[in-house]
Amino acid sequence: MNVDRGRCMYCGGCVGVCPHQALELKEVLLSVDSDKCTGCGICAKFCPVGAIRGGVE
Amino acid sequence: MTDYDVDVAVVGAGPAGSVVALELARRNVRVLVLEKRQEIGAPKRCAEGISAPSLQQLGLELDSRWVAQKIVATRLYSPKMREVTIAPKGLLGYILERKIFEKYLAAEAIKHGAKYLVKTTVTDVIKEDGRVAGVKAQSWGEEITVRAKIVIAADGVDSMTAKRAGIDTVNKLGDYHSGFQYEMAGVNADIDKLHIFIGSTIAPKGYVWIFPKGNTMANVGIGILGDKSADGARAKDLLDRFIEGNPRFFAGASPIEANGGGIPVNISVKTFVADGFMIIGDAAQQVNPIHGGGIALAMSAARMAAKVAAEALTAGDYSRERLLAYENEWKKTDGAEIQRILKLRHFVEKLDDNDLDSLVDVLSGDDVLRLMDGDNKFLLKVLLTKAPKLLSLARKFLQ
Repeated sequence: MNVDRGRCMYCGGCVGVCPHQALELKEVLLSVDSDKCTGCGICAKFCPVGAIRGGVE
Repeated sequence: MTDYDVDVAVVGAGPAGSVVALELARRNVRVLVLEKRQEIGAPKRCAEGISAPSLQQLGLELDSRWVAQKIVATRLYSPKMREVTIAPKGLLGYILERKIFEKYLAAEAIKHGAKYLVKTTVTDVIKEDGRVAGVKAQSWGEEITVRAKIVIAADGVDSMTAKRAGIDTVNKLGDYHSGFQYEMAGVNADIDKLHIFIGSTIAPKGYVWIFPKGNTMANVGIGILGDKSADGARAKDLLDRFIEGNPRFFAGASPIEANGGGIPVNISVKTFVADGFMIIGDAAQQVNPIHGGGIALAMSAARMAAKVAAEALTAGDYSRERLLAYENEWKKTDGAEIQRILKLRHFVEKLDDNDLDSLVDVLSGDDVLRLMDGDNKFLLKVLLTKAPKLLSLARKFLQ
């Protein structure tokens, strides 16, 4: 089972019908391009809620 | 693969994007707006305040569906909770319901002929002979190509479009506020006023706000300078502490929504234009550096950009030189005002809590009103008579 992120509307309807508790709604995804990230930590320092942790992946 | 061929492609359907689309459509320009989100207006990243003159400039009839609350004054609270109330003649402004307002702006643009796509993320700009000639996007998971004579980036602080076009729009921690906000219900604060709380403990180099929306609801938020953000003292931490420590406003209140975001408080973007390309709004860091408000400046820049883009289309010349007319007009008007206000921001950031307490004591509401307009000469004059010990500091930053 793969999620097409370009089409998913994050409505959670599928979560409600899945009999195996295999789905979980994780809102909108923030992606990190590990080829470009240097681990400088500026984004982690700035984050208003402390949602970004760690250095280079 | 679907292809579009338009005069202007606008990236982002916030206030900047929809106003530029509206103004272009009014001039019979074929415009396509690409919105990443599945719902225009949500989630908001904003306290939703706008001044009365800024809203009037749009020429829209006010609608109770998107005007949540009329505001007549600002109440400023010092670190020791001393208060000064700043009331302009007439109405100060409005708290909007942006989720509805932004859709309404889009509707205006659409009524005038603009086309919109939602759930459509721009993935790259198309360049031909060094000039921007359109964008590639993922629309409902499928790649689409939009060819355009001019691309206008209105995609907010997290704009990727300008960067892809080769313009550096990266914000620096020292010129970028870390923002966090709850929309709350059960808030007990005068409904027709903005409430602003300043102080180094409350919000280092920033402020806490309560913007009432009616029926005990309010946007309760904080902006702190990015380089002051740290573990345990992030925007959310500080706001939670403020709410906890002020039962006078928040006893019995609960959040009904949470928002985060970055707020540019300086213009570091070197240019707003390239061949076939323009940037407007938050993406161009067009934000008031003292209060962090961006809706009015975004819409103002959008109107300037639309005029220049329409003229460029008529002339068949989309070169950087031609589009520079927008940037030059902006620098003469909003840009000049921002530069004045920036000096005031740098002065205010140097004040300690004692200074802030004594200023709130001595300044009248009318004094503060003129200061917020960026009347820096007036600040020097008023300090000379009311707080002379701050005069040399003010001179250093304001002249």
